[in-house]
Amino acid sequence: MTETDGGQTVDDAEHYEALVVGAGPGGAAAAATLARNDVETLVLERGVDAGSKNVSGGLIYAEKSAPYTIDRLFPDFREEATDREITDYYIHNVAGEQVKTFDITDLHEHDTEWSDAVLRRKMDSWLADRVHEMTRETGGGLLTEVRVNGLLREKGRIVGVTCDEIDPITADVVIAADGVNSELARDAGLTDWEDPDEYFQGVKAVADMPSDVIEERFGVSGDEGVAHLFSGDLFEGVRGGGFLYTNDDSLSIGSVFHLDSIAEERAEPHQLLDNLLTHPLLAEWLGDDYEEVEYGAKLVPDSKKMALKRPYRGRLLAVGDAAGQMQAQGPIIKGMNHAVTAGALAAEAYIEARSRDEENMMGHFYKEKLETEGVMDKLRPARYELASKVGENETVSNVVDSVVTSGVGRMAVSALGGTLERLYSSPFLVGMIPDTRTPYVTLPTVIAEELGTPVRERNDVQPPDLADRIGDLTYDVDVGNPHIELRDKSFAASGTAVTACPVSATDFGGGCYRAETVETNGSTEKVVSLDTQPCVECGTCAVVADTTWEHPRGGKGVDYKQG
Amino acid sequence: MYSVVLTKGVPDFREGQVSFDEDGHLERGKTPTVMNPNDKYALRAALQTKVRHGGDVSLMSMGPPGYKEVLQEGMADVYADDLYLLSDREMGAADTWATAMTVASGIGKLDQEPDLVFAGFKTADGETGHTGPQACWCLDRPLITHVISLDVDEDEGVVRAKRLVEGDVEEIETVEADLPAFIVTDPEFEPSYYRASHRLRHKDLREETQERAENYEDHVTVWDHSALNLDPDFIGLDGSPTIVEGVDPIPKAPSEREATTIDPSDGEGMSDVLETLQPHVAGD
Ligand SMILES: Cc1cc2nc3c(=O)[nH]c(=O)nc-3n(C[C@H](O)[C@H](O)[C@H](O)COP(=O)(O)OP(=O)(O)OC[C@H]3O[C@@H](n4cnc5c(N)ncnc54)[C@H](O)[C@@H]3O)c2cc1C
Ligand code: SF4
Repeated sequence: MTETDGGQTVDDAEHYEALVVGAGPGGAAAAATLARNDVETLVLERGVDAGSKNVSGGLIYAEKSAPYTIDRLFPDFREEATDREITDYYIHNVAGEQVKTFDITDLHEHDTEWSDAVLRRKMDSWLADRVHEMTRETGGGLLTEVRVNGLLREKGRIVGVTCDEIDPITADVVIAADGVNSELARDAGLTDWEDPDEYFQGVKAVADMPSDVIEERFGVSGDEGVAHLFSGDLFEGVRGGGFLYTNDDSLSIGSVFHLDSIAEERAEPHQLLDNLLTHPLLAEWLGDDYEEVEYGAKLVPDSKKMALKRPYRGRLLAVGDAAGQMQAQGPIIKGMNHAVTAGALAAEAYIEARSRDEENMMGHFYKEKLETEGVMDKLRPARYELASKVGENETVSNVVDSVVTSGVGRMAVSALGGTLERLYSSPFLVGMIPDTRTPYVTLPTVIAEELGTPVRERNDVQPPDLADRIGDLTYDVDVGNPHIELRDKSFAASGTAVTACPVSATDFGGGCYRAETVETNGSTEKVVSLDTQPCVECGTCAVVADTTWEHPRGGKGVDYKQG
Repeated sequence: MYSVVLTKGVPDFREGQVSFDEDGHLERGKTPTVMNPNDKYALRAALQTKVRHGGDVSLMSMGPPGYKEVLQEGMADVYADDLYLLSDREMGAADTWATAMTVASGIGKLDQEPDLVFAGFKTADGETGHTGPQACWCLDRPLITHVISLDVDEDEGVVRAKRLVEGDVEEIETVEADLPAFIVTDPEFEPSYYRASHRLRHKDLREETQERAENYEDHVTVWDHSALNLDPDFIGLDGSPTIVEGVDPIPKAPSEREATTIDPSDGEGMSDVLETLQPHVAGD
């Protein structure tokens, strides 16, 4: 009997040749590629159903330059699992009621074979059914409601995983496709969840809208859809922007902000979303019958800072968000497509290593494939690394900011006029955009002020308050078993979570985090308390507060119906 | 491993389903028949055995032809392979003894002797808990009752079970019996699937059964008393030693409560409510 480092015996474990953790796009692509090559593959997903834990904006891209696209791995994907094809793309620069709209369809179409709007519950659960069929033929299969809680090691080497619900599993390759808060990448020492400036936080609402109303209000027909982005002064100076995408018979409206900016500004994400929902510009689209069916949130890694240069350790290969492979290409967000490519490349690397009898080389092969296929250069553009050194320097960015708002900057913006639209559509330029206020807030605001026209439509939308948003979600609460614990209750250490948690707010007692003043021995102290019941598992407080953070046990916690 | 699960249809006693006449007697005709709720645990135990050890599961019931639908419900739940209904007029109005005799004959007539027979604990209508143990007596097998978890050791030919023994304190007893055996599950029975392969097999069975349960009638075998070679004098009403002297209706709950409606904007009314509630809140 061989003892593992956790005290379990390997004899207790079941063995599968390949193990994939997580059934998002990265896990699905990895598993499908393994199964096609007759590798016995087991996929473990913690949700009650694949997609029940996932939120994205969601436009999924098939890039012409990518070695793998989702529809090539899953032939009926577009017919069965996606919503409208996005054929028009606009960005709106907003300053108060002034709006200047640029058509950036060119940027959207750059290197794009197609791009469809998706809702993750529908998409991921469809993929999971296919993956189960394919992997079952290899002797494996896909199981939901199983949470992997750590790596299984033998003599210090990774040999498999341990789970909350089932006995340990050993495997020749473990593919960590477990998303932005990858417990496996953390266990392997690949990530640390420490730095807010490595993440964005995405918040999103799905609103019901019959397809004929969508067609009328958005001027689209048939299966076509449209994307609108928003930046400028409507988000209280927080760096990031808003989006609105048309699905078959609903809208996805949300925002993606730099997490460090949310934390610094003590901004409340639900409030920023409401600023967008209630802006006059959205009146004509949302009408007076806004019906929100789901509110959700999730962290999004910023590949420019997070994409792991060596996304592996021993026989563990990390793919997708787990490896930080989420590209913000200017305003366009590309995470799902890269997760697909990376998942398939990781599978390829294992198969190649096995056939060459060099299994210890699989991590290296995987890294090389990411580089030679050009994925790494998209995720960490060399020009960004150069430009950011200058652009993100605080003094420089303050100077740039004041130049843009000065008379000179304003004149330049006016003079550039239509050229700006083209500049916004340049994939080369958007790759170097620094993470400062200038591109997200200052420049769009000046553009709107100088070039925009006022929008004075009355917006009658009354977004639901947080209590209603939480009340509308479905949870299976793991009573008595909180998945997050506060390590340091002091406001200084964990107070940011009170505002940054998307289901908490300063004046709201029904959320996860609350600030309280307690008196001890005559002195008062401001502390934070936590109730995980309304948690949507976004991961924010794993980064901005001092917590011990795990995902809930399999099947427990939030159950998104839309995603 | 071959298992048989015994199940019975009972009136659906849930609010909104069950119907009583003015005298408090159950109106059978207006109350739908469903599977005896406690039988679900027997089904789960049989399913666990099938998932872990393979083999077939048959479901057997004695009752009127309408019970076929109860069997269908069970088939979807336990992923049963075949269904057996013991049914004719002669079997009607049987007490637990006559039922046990009939069911034991049904089991005896099966092509293959089951390694395990499962029954639920007490029916929702009779509440006796006799049928299972009596059928077991007829079959002359070891009986384990109040089973909350179960494991079969095929090599040793034994079944090991944990049973919940309720007394002043709740005790859990671990027992072992030779196969073939008879198991009565407790409502606390919890199936467990700790192996990934078991969970995958469970999923396979679910998919396979969906189609089968839709065409369940193709899988039902109906046996009457002559097929079972039973003398009508020993089954049904005639074969039942229990004599029902009378049936007392369930007394209705007294309706002495008073209700007052107060509009939330009525300040005075609301403060009255608070005043009335206050002592209760304080726990007095
Ligand atoms: C608001 C928002 C908008 C976005 N917009 C876009 C967009 O428009 N286009 C785009 O391409 N991308 C977008 N993204 C990013 C995109 O969603 C991610 O990059 C993508 O989902 C990553 O895929 P993945 O397979 O790596 O991980 P995920 O999709 O996160 O999947 C991980 C899976 O692993 C499971 N899991 C996690 N831990 C465990 C465990 N311990 N055990 C078992 N299972 C586990 C999870 O339940 C989940 O199913 C957006 C994200 C957000 C939040
Ligand atoms: S408690 Fe933490 S993980 Fe849960 S929703 Fe709030 S910030 Fe996100």
